Amino acid sequence: MCGIVGLLLKNPDLRPRLGELLVPMLVGMTERGPDSAGLAVFSDTIDPGFRRFNLYADDRSYDWRGLADDVRADLKAAAAAEPIQNHAILVSDVEPGRFHPWLAEKRPEVEVLSVGRYIDIYKDVGTPSEVAERYGFAGLQGSHTVGHTRMATESGVTPAHAHPFVAGEDFCLVHNGSLSNPYSLRRMLEKKGIRFRTDNDTEAACRFIEWRLREGDDLEAALVKCFEELDGFYTLLMGTHDKLALVRDPFACKPAIVAEHDDYVAVASEYRSLAHLPDVKNARLFEPVPEEIYSWKV
Amino acid sequence: MESVNVAERTDSATRVSFDLTTASVRELNAFLHDPAKLAGIEQVTVLNPEGAHNLAVGVAAPIDIEIDGNAGYFIAGMNKQANVTVHGNVGWSVAENIMSGTVRVKGIASECAGASGHGGLLVIEGDASSRCGISMKGCDIVVGGSVGHMSAFMAQAGRMVVCGDAGGGLGDSLYEAVIYVRGTIHSLGADAQEEPMTDDDYAALTELLGKAGFDHDPKSFKRVASGRTLYHWNADAEQDY
Repeated sequence: MCGIVGLLLKNPDLRPRLGELLVPMLVGMTERGPDSAGLAVFSDTIDPGFRRFNLYADDRSYDWRGLADDVRADLKAAAAAEPIQNHAILVSDVEPGRFHPWLAEKRPEVEVLSVGRYIDIYKDVGTPSEVAERYGFAGLQGSHTVGHTRMATESGVTPAHAHPFVAGEDFCLVHNGSLSNPYSLRRMLEKKGIRFRTDNDTEAACRFIEWRLREGDDLEAALVKCFEELDGFYTLLMGTHDKLALVRDPFACKPAIVAEHDDYVAVASEYRSLAHLPDVKNARLFEPVPEEIYSWKV
Repeated sequence: MESVNVAERTDSATRVSFDLTTASVRELNAFLHDPAKLAGIEQVTVLNPEGAHNLAVGVAAPIDIEIDGNAGYFIAGMNKQANVTVHGNVGWSVAENIMSGTVRVKGIASECAGASGHGGLLVIEGDASSRCGISMKGCDIVVGGSVGHMSAFMAQAGRMVVCGDAGGGLGDSLYEAVIYVRGTIHSLGADAQEEPMTDDDYAALTELLGKAGFDHDPKSFKRVASGRTLYHWNADAEQDY
């Protein structure tokens, strides 16, 4: 069992309150996922040519500013770090193709959680309220967010196994369910040179979709391929730089409820994560039907 | 007469309320399960349910229970005798294993509504999602809107009325439950078949629609029941696995 939540703010005036609205949604899903939690938040705040590299290390007092200094010195690139404990957002104009090999060589203890112009990722073990407190989720701002609370039914409980999973740039996915063919998907993708970070089933779905996007599919076309290739139970919620997208497997074995309001679209596994949203009584509440693609644009 | 908060209950009060912003679900259900506390009570109102699970589960008393808002999973499960009304939507498995009494949902219901119900009446005024009435064993279910896929799967006894449309696989592996559908049926499940309506069917529909408060013409419904071809193992059939 896991909990998923998502929130897209149509009313720009609400964007400074994204984190404040999101935290009760995430905490509401604690019983569905008490062992780890995470979220992706999308915002448009950096200059063209720059990227946000979200980095993670086990050491909660890691010297992130020293890392930014080294990027400037070694890679001759602009770089600034916004650290929160063992997590940091490095905003830099360095090309990912130069940054990744440098990081692997000089700072092998650091993991890259995400890369993109819009996306930040936070994920860690602990209850949703512990993780939210640790990384200051309540203060996050942005246009849309995708969150997850995990009760692991396969693979380990580590920060890397927590959701959201990312692939490529500005794409993330959270999953409630279990896939029965992640290894065959994985073998197919590995033959194409795609590398995996964990043994988690959700990562296979995430990399499959991102591969389809790179092959030229739009998100909707990629999700149609998912219905053909993914075997198992899933409610998947995805975020791109300007969209939220939601699908349920053909048997709709895992729950989801959507609240569409003039000011926002909110998605959750259960209504109790939506009950606190402003004016939710006037939102259109519906249960998404199986094998249908729902997507909302910022 | 107005409800009074259960904490301020007087001896003459017949209507009490639980506000779930201050009371717990466990306190509510313990109250509903205690004949001594229920003595003299005619109605219990649940305020601010905010999607909470397990409200009014296992009640066995002839009282009215009003849930004022959207509720979560397993609402009014195993209900006996009580009349439960949800003024909102419900999550999975409302009135699961209902024995008697009435459960009415004014909004929509998620999956497995009325699963395994033995008796009593479940009314969903809006849509019900997939697997509505799965394995029902004698209860009646009336849905004002549509039902999702695999509804009435392996339903053994009882009647299901769908005023809207039915999703795929309706009545798969039916036993002796009967389904009435007013709208379109996306597909019938294994061994389910459409059958001609009889006078008994019209009488049953008139009764059920009347109880549920819908004024559709019984003549606008079709009947789905078991073809009874799965009752016995057929060794001659092509077992294609």
